[in-house]
Amino acid sequence: MVKESFSIRGVEFKNRVLAASGTFGYGDEVKDLVDVNRLGGICTKSLSWKPREGNPPRRIVETPSGMLNSIGLANVGVHHFINEKLPYLRTLDTTIIANIAASSVQEYCDVLSLLEQQEGIHGYEINVSCPNVTEGGLNFGTDCSKTEEITVRLRPLTNKPLIIKLTPNVTHISEFARAVEDAGADAVSVINTLIGMAVDIRTKKPRLSTVTGGLSGPAIKPIALAKVYEVAQSVHIPILGIGGIMTTEDAIEFLLVGATAVQVGTANFIDPTAGVKIAEGLRAHAEQNGLQDVGQLVGALESHVAFSVIQSWL
Amino acid sequence: MMLQRIVPVTFREEIAENVFVLRFECNEIVCSASPGQFVNIRCGDACLPLLRRPFSISRVLGDEVELLFNVVGQGTRMLAGKRVGDSLDVLGPLGLPFNFGADFKTGLIVAGGVGVAPFPFLTSVLRKKGKRIVTFLGARTASQLAPTHLDDIHLATDDGTKGYHGTVVDLLRSYLDQHRVESPRLFGCGPTNMLKALTNVAQEMNIECELSLEGDMACGIGLCQGCPVERTKGERKYALVCVEGPTFNSKDILIP
Ligand SMILES: Cc1cc2nc3c(=O)[nH]c(=O)nc-3n(C[C@H](O)[C@H](O)[C@H](O)COP(=O)(O)OP(=O)(O)OC[C@H]3O[C@@H](n4cnc5c(N)ncnc54)[C@H](O)[C@@H]3O)c2cc1C
Ligand SMILES: Cc1cc2nc3c(=O)[nH]c(=O)nc-3n(C[C@H](O)[C@H](O)[C@H](O)COP(=O)(O)O)c2cc1C
Ligand code: FES
Repeated sequence: MVKESFSIRGVEFKNRVLAASGTFGYGDEVKDLVDVNRLGGICTKSLSWKPREGNPPRRIVETPSGMLNSIGLANVGVHHFINEKLPYLRTLDTTIIANIAASSVQEYCDVLSLLEQQEGIHGYEINVSCPNVTEGGLNFGTDCSKTEEITVRLRPLTNKPLIIKLTPNVTHISEFARAVEDAGADAVSVINTLIGMAVDIRTKKPRLSTVTGGLSGPAIKPIALAKVYEVAQSVHIPILGIGGIMTTEDAIEFLLVGATAVQVGTANFIDPTAGVKIAEGLRAHAEQNGLQDVGQLVGALESHVAFSVIQSWL
Repeated sequence: MMLQRIVPVTFREEIAENVFVLRFECNEIVCSASPGQFVNIRCGDACLPLLRRPFSISRVLGDEVELLFNVVGQGTRMLAGKRVGDSLDVLGPLGLPFNFGADFKTGLIVAGGVGVAPFPFLTSVLRKKGKRIVTFLGARTASQLAPTHLDDIHLATDDGTKGYHGTVVDLLRSYLDQHRVESPRLFGCGPTNMLKALTNVAQEMNIECELSLEGDMACGIGLCQGCPVERTKGERKYALVCVEGPTFNSKDILIP
């Protein structure tokens, strides 16, 4: 028997594949198609204090091997989530991570505190890729001191795993990872989407209503791997690797460069069973290679050159 | 109930200029499908194109599902290139069907171009319910018309090469001016401008009207929030086309 599970702050995940926030709804949308209990965990769509309508259409554009989205964090709001979505999630036998998005530090605290009073949530993932409305709309996630402040403020509010989801749209993501590790985060999720853009040359207009959006899918996998590698060189807390994972082989690459586990996002849109297939693929890979624990793959990269990502001449 | 199945292609033909018919065998989808619903198809097997492509269920025959589509880009080009015996990865049936059980006597079907796709299926169900059907079908030019498996067809072409010279909605207007239609209900699908014009006719003449929308979709099953359409009333600003549509009462939405 191969060991598939791992834990963060004492909370166990039955395997190393989670569904990424915003790509798996609240778990109930796909119950006809996939046995979600075979996932290591589910990260909910980002939750804010009030429901958010989201951005006007067009919100989705396909690009080569990827997609741009500008959903605008459309979500049902934390109260509706607690009343309408959480009861179903409670019936599941997998680890439920509530992802939180907010437009002020106080809102992050309020949402987390309210969720803290509920049964059935095993941990939190904090989406810091949000405009800070109280301070001019600058993205929290691209400001290291703000990202740190959010972590410092949230840490005392919970004993459950606190995972900070980092944006790659910064110069050195490892600085952000170190800052949140020092501030008490239990893990980091790496990466959220990359800023991208597409133009309709006939109308000469941007294809997305918001001009730019978040790029995801296989197109971003090499970048995501380099970011996970960079973070793995600089922190000791677990890393949840995210970005363009479609297959078991993709997931193994992330584990090798230092991810403790992975999250599958865009792949769910094409195949809602992708996460379950990858989890099974990881177990099969471990069996075939005589490993007792899938975790033996974590950080097993054979490279003599440390930090080559950020120090090499390109 | 939605299903994800790998199914064999059983038929493929170009029936009009750039209009393709493709059938696949899937008894389970046939059994649970209703007119107005769609399937989401993986056109390639690698990452190009990455996302599935949505298509209305055009007809069901025996164990087969029939699609009708235009080639407009990479995904539809790959689909048009499928051969009998090839396998397809299909997710469906998805979305909410037309409200064909509503109280009306005459179904007025209005289709622009390949917007005709959902109507052979609707026609067969309305026939069984004993409804009268009148169909208005428009295209840019005669060679692009695909008037198959429909009842009482009235044609329009933008260039006048066949039928009424003008838009299909103008044809509908002139028909309604000249005929008294008993207890009508409109069903429309086609380009955005056509749907707007149809919505106006429905409003002016006070006829209930159902539209089938084609929006951009990443998932087709309510996961991504990528397919909003603006609502005219209610608490929420947007509805999701994939799970709350693609069929809507024209009074409930704002065509962009
Ligand atoms: C619910 C639903 C049902 C549909 N049913 C049918 C159907 O029965 N038959 C059919 O032919 N099509 C149908 N469509 C549209 C069909 O999904 C698109 O034509 C298809 O996704 C295009 O894929 P592609 O890869 O070939 O083109 P892409 O490479 O994605 O696009 C090529 C070009 O076509 C344009 N385009 C893409 N999608 C559309 C669209 N929906 N309307 C107008 N222009 C578009 C793009 O802007 C681009 O310029 C439906 C769409 C929806 C949402
Ligand atoms: C349509 C869409 C919606 C997303 N919504 C959220 C969200 O609400 N919160 C969040 O933290 N990340 C969100 N993400 C980011 C994903 O969780 C993930 O980090 C990113 O897409 C990269 O992984 P992928 O390439 O596997 O999709 C979203 C991504 C997509 C494509
Ligand atoms: S297409 Fe994903 S929610 Fe509608």
